[in-house]
Amino acid sequence: MSSVIVEHIYKHFGKVKAIDDISFAVERGELFGFIGPDGAGKTTLFRILTTLLVPDKGMAVVNGLDVVKDYRKIRQDIGYMPGRFSLYTDLSVEENLNFYATVFGTTVAENYDLIRDIYVQIEPFKKRKAGKLSGGMKQKLALSCALIHKPSVLILDEPTTGVDAVSRLEFWEMLKRLKQSGITIIVATPYMDEAGLCDRVALIQAGKIMAVSPPSEVIKTYPWQLFSVKADDIFSLLNDLRQFPGSHTVYAFGQAAHISFREGDVNEAMIREYMHDKGNKELQVSPIQANIEDCFMELMIKT
Amino acid sequence: MYNPNAENIIVVKDLVKKFGSFVANDHLSFEVKKGEIFGFLGANGAGKTTAIKILCGLSYPTSGKLNVGGFDIYREREKIKKNIGYMSQKFSLYDDLTVFENIRFYAGIYGLRRKVIEERARDLMEKLDMKEARDMLIRGIPLGWKQKLAFSVAIIHNPKIVFLDEPTGGVDPITRRQFWDMIFEASYRGITVFVTTHYMDEAEYCDRVSIMVDGKIAALDTPENLKKDYAAGSMNEVFLQLARVKVN
Repeated sequence: MSSVIVEHIYKHFGKVKAIDDISFAVERGELFGFIGPDGAGKTTLFRILTTLLVPDKGMAVVNGLDVVKDYRKIRQDIGYMPGRFSLYTDLSVEENLNFYATVFGTTVAENYDLIRDIYVQIEPFKKRKAGKLSGGMKQKLALSCALIHKPSVLILDEPTTGVDAVSRLEFWEMLKRLKQSGITIIVATPYMDEAGLCDRVALIQAGKIMAVSPPSEVIKTYPWQLFSVKADDIFSLLNDLRQFPGSHTVYAFGQAAHISFREGDVNEAMIREYMHDKGNKELQVSPIQANIEDCFMELMIKT
Repeated sequence: MYNPNAENIIVVKDLVKKFGSFVANDHLSFEVKKGEIFGFLGANGAGKTTAIKILCGLSYPTSGKLNVGGFDIYREREKIKKNIGYMSQKFSLYDDLTVFENIRFYAGIYGLRRKVIEERARDLMEKLDMKEARDMLIRGIPLGWKQKLAFSVAIIHNPKIVFLDEPTGGVDPITRRQFWDMIFEASYRGITVFVTTHYMDEAEYCDRVSIMVDGKIAALDTPENLKKDYAAGSMNEVFLQLARVKVN
């Protein structure tokens, strides 16, 4: 059963089409990711789902309730963690948590089970003002507050932006545990590597969804021949590969470059020879399977 | 590009910075070679920003010997400021000035002459493919353009070193790579690049990477060697092994 259904919604601000005909459905208990850069429309979409914005056109339903007509009921049912830290900075950790529980007509004790794993990590600082917490702790407190009324749908807008790799990993471990308790989770992120942690992902860019599938399926749709090439100097490596006759795209990936060809008759030896003649040293060339980021960039070019 | 025989452009010896009883930088020692791309990584709160402020001449260390671009950090701070560029996500361009006004402002601060400024501005907008945006307010242009422009003005005076503090947050993967193309080019021209980032794939673009944990440098080497030493497939794994030990 779907817990969120969105059909043909549009939202514009002046001349900017923030949401340009978006449709998708999220199943109950699913961990669903929106992957896309700033300005893609993720936040606008989430503000519509959380009943904070009204779409120009189209329909969005959360747990069978319409986001425009039934907004009051929906607000009881969802937890929302906005991209910007939005708790009361001059209240302490426990005051914030108690405040959100009270607003939703419940108590911390009643739903403590749901947040225990997360909250114990910040409990030693419960008397500290929220504004004085580190980034990772703020994130944990915000998640606790979004969960304290036991929502059936949790909506997280870039919870891991600007957060270091360790806190990011821990945050995703928390999401996995929450998912096991049956909560539907919709999460936005600009980090392509987090896509692999979702059940399904929507790749979003310029107000449009470019693709929706399980991450393992997304990479199968990559249409071209792709090679990874390494050499001693990345600057000449990239420049020389871009000159390679028939190359489609050339992008840096860590210490290597990925080069794609639309025609399928290029092989490793040809690339190695060409790059060798251009003076590149310590060459390593191998055919590879595309990753999510390759796919995302290919879809960006197409649209 | 990293060349172990190149001259040292940054030399840090036993850098200590204390705030009260809190030790933000705990005896840091490292050298950066001329023209290299040096990645300065660490978890939130590890002490990166504190160290960068000192290297830029914005804050004094508690103790330690530091030389940046050939100048002493205690006695020649003004000379250091003239010979470095700085860009961060938070502070870069003026929203209510146009693209051209921002270029003119920064170039003016660095003492470039009016004629040179006009020339560089023209070249720059050509190179960035932003000619139509010349008279647009910064507020109205896409984030990716802002970042590329911010980097370009940070090196408009041809500094010896450019410091980039989390420069690429939030942009799409193609724009992020175009940004790194600009970094590679600057490095190729001999500008030393000192960069912090939370994107671990970007750590692999660096010639060498240092990883700070709790105010100390826990590791410093080429990405290749670090991956070997920690038996890791990626810099992300290296980072997690080092930084995860001590969290919260």
